[in-house]
Amino acid sequence: MEASSLPAALELVSGGGAGLSPEKRAVLGSSLLLLQRDYRFERVWFWGCIQGVCGAYYIAEGLGPDRAAPRSRLYSLNCVEWSLLPPVTEEMVMQAGRLKGRFQGDPSFEYEYTERNAEDAERLFEDGKEPMIKEETRLVATIEQIDRAVGIIPRGAFVKTPLGSVSENRNFEGLSLTEAKRLSSYFHFTEPVNLKNKTLLEKADLDPSTDFLDSLEHDIPQGSWTVQLEKGGTVVVLRSLLWLGLTFYHVPMTKQYGYVYFGNGEKNLDLPFML
Amino acid sequence: ERGHGPYQPHEPGYGLYQPGYSPYDDQIPDPKSRTLAIQNAKAYLLKSSTTSGLNLYDHLANILTKILDEQPTNAVDIIENISKDVKWAHFQKKMDTLRDEHEILPTFEAAEKRKALFLKANEEGDEELEEEIGETPLPNVMETAFYFEQAGIGLSKDESYHIFLALKKLISVQPIQTCRFWGKILGLEMNYIIAEVQYHEGEEEEETEEEAVTEEGGNGVGEVENEEEEKEKEDEPPKSTYKPPPVIPKEENGTGANKYVYFVCNEPGKPWVKLPPVTPAQIVCARKIKKFFTGRLDAPVVSFPPFPGNEANYLRAQIARISAGTQISPIGFYQFAEEDDEEEEVEGGRDTYEENPDFQPLSVAEMVDSLSAWVHNVQSILKQGRCVWLNPLQKTEEEEENEEEEKAEEPDELPQELQQEIGPPLLTPLSEDEGIQNIPAWTAQPSTNLIPQYAVAVLQSNRWPGAYAFASGKKFDNIYFGWGHKYSPENHAPALPPPVQAEYPSGPEITEMRDPTVEEELAFKAAREEALAAAEEEEEEDEEGAEEDEEEDD
Repeated sequence: MEASSLPAALELVSGGGAGLSPEKRAVLGSSLLLLQRDYRFERVWFWGCIQGVCGAYYIAEGLGPDRAAPRSRLYSLNCVEWSLLPPVTEEMVMQAGRLKGRFQGDPSFEYEYTERNAEDAERLFEDGKEPMIKEETRLVATIEQIDRAVGIIPRGAFVKTPLGSVSENRNFEGLSLTEAKRLSSYFHFTEPVNLKNKTLLEKADLDPSTDFLDSLEHDIPQGSWTVQLEKGGTVVVLRSLLWLGLTFYHVPMTKQYGYVYFGNGEKNLDLPFML
Repeated sequence: ERGHGPYQPHEPGYGLYQPGYSPYDDQIPDPKSRTLAIQNAKAYLLKSSTTSGLNLYDHLANILTKILDEQPTNAVDIIENISKDVKWAHFQKKMDTLRDEHEILPTFEAAEKRKALFLKANEEGDEELEEEIGETPLPNVMETAFYFEQAGIGLSKDESYHIFLALKKLISVQPIQTCRFWGKILGLEMNYIIAEVQYHEGEEEEETEEEAVTEEGGNGVGEVENEEEEKEKEDEPPKSTYKPPPVIPKEENGTGANKYVYFVCNEPGKPWVKLPPVTPAQIVCARKIKKFFTGRLDAPVVSFPPFPGNEANYLRAQIARISAGTQISPIGFYQFAEEDDEEEEVEGGRDTYEENPDFQPLSVAEMVDSLSAWVHNVQSILKQGRCVWLNPLQKTEEEEENEEEEKAEEPDELPQELQQEIGPPLLTPLSEDEGIQNIPAWTAQPSTNLIPQYAVAVLQSNRWPGAYAFASGKKFDNIYFGWGHKYSPENHAPALPPPVQAEYPSGPEITEMRDPTVEEELAFKAAREEALAAAEEEEEEDEEGAEEDEEEDD
């Protein structure tokens, strides 16, 4: 969610019971602004909080002029001091995918590999030391996975210019109530995967400036999003069931929207059994 | 003279142009042709479009009006969108009212319901008002919400206040002695807000008849088959020897897992629904399945092993498990009622406690540092599904010590003799809780490190993510916000269907064997003839011996 709309947004996503204490809210107002100054970000998003066993990580993302470019991610243990996370690579994501269990809360904690297959054994012999993954790596990989899988925006909120860069759509006035209840009005804010597979008929209806991302309609498994109207029907809240804790809110017919993650940082692999 | 066209009254420049003083006056070589050109251009612009009936002149005027009124930054970048918006505005006027009303209708209804919470009922007289101010079962939801908010947990203040008023409504309707806001469980279509209440003694509405019917219907399938088969008098197929395992009776209302009664509603403002008491079979089955709640209490729970009940029962079972695992209080707050007889054989697991009037609260630092400063104040549920063990085979009601549900599995339960299940007694400290793998069962933190004088001790459960507890001085409370499932680092593995049952006992007489081949038959025949020949020789010897004996006798 936008750093500037943090107080109002926290009120709207609190339906799940998770939020921030007044102390954190107060300090985020200033520390996110300072982040913007120090790193020259154009926009700062408060991404959320990953709860570890001993402590919690608070994550912020910074965006540059092209909103769809890879974002810089920062983490903090107390919302005051922020540290930049290394950019994510595919290898990191793969390594972190093998880890199970909770985050510890200590960024220098090292996980040991529990599963070894043939490739790892070879690598082991080459390096001569045990492969360990630091929690920082796991953190980066998890954030990237969550953003890729369930980071969403309403349709029309961003436009793609003919030069390829993405920016906010200043004419976006919000989705209507009927549109807001449909999953097809929300897009994954990441590189589109399914867009090319659409039939020509579907593509003819698309507007290339706003429909350049994948919509939520075809997410697998079906039903992995819950759409609810909260606060007497004034806020549309989407919650992801694949990554429990990700909450997206939007007030129909206004420009307020955003998503935040409050959770363990673990994927819900039992989802097909639970639906 | 017209220079740049007639200025409209609201445009800047109106009234400023005076003929003869424009800066371009001296550049007009041929006024007539220029004016003619301008008039032609304007006539062209005023031409109405054949398809839409608009004309470019008015449209441009409207666009410029809008831009000058709103003064957006970088208007040149969004000029096309502004143009589109102006065109839309033409068409939206007629359809506007109809569509808007239709759309927002559900919101209006919801707002009505929420507003109804705030209306004070007119029937209350002064007497009731005094009663309210005195002892009231209504919990101070806002105070609890404040403490939890210090830790970053909780709903928004609006929602908390609505829940507060909804609880007040509940209390005015039902005869309730104590009431607590238990928490919120999220669901797919709707969420559940749950209140934990205790009735006044003797004022419960018993609905046992309905529940008995559903239980029998679920468990008595084998028995029904028996009855049908007995009715057939001709050619009776073999009677089923299936005896369903003995049904473990549920605990009485007011004890054990059914100590509290739970009311749920989907949103504050909607009517409260009472959840049925939980049966041990439901708890046992709930441990094996993991399903999301849909938000409708009558939704079926489709799972394997099949859950005996619908979503209301599943919800109640999960609430029972969560309460048993995560309801805690600071040590010393509750104590056992002192009795003269301390024979544990008679009392069994103590299930009642009372508040300790001499409670001295520990400091926040102590509450956070050691988990033994907290105790469970709800009985844990045994493997059997009850808090107090009952041997279903024997009809005697011996209450003996109970077993913790999480402990390593017992040696195999013999079908004839069921081993007693033993569990931790009430008010055991949290330090006895087992963790999962290498994660402790609870995470304790103070709410703030910056202001330790006023910090609140907060505990989060790692076994049931979403369960929180706080303590500050003499105040403490528990709450749950989550999806209603237990944490397990391993993936959920649903139970496999049981192996196919044997239809009949297999023995040598019906076991199929291969027919002997010709060689084997011949060999067998030859062997038998040899044996016969050998036997005849022996007989002859015996006969000879016998004849000799007979001859001797004579």
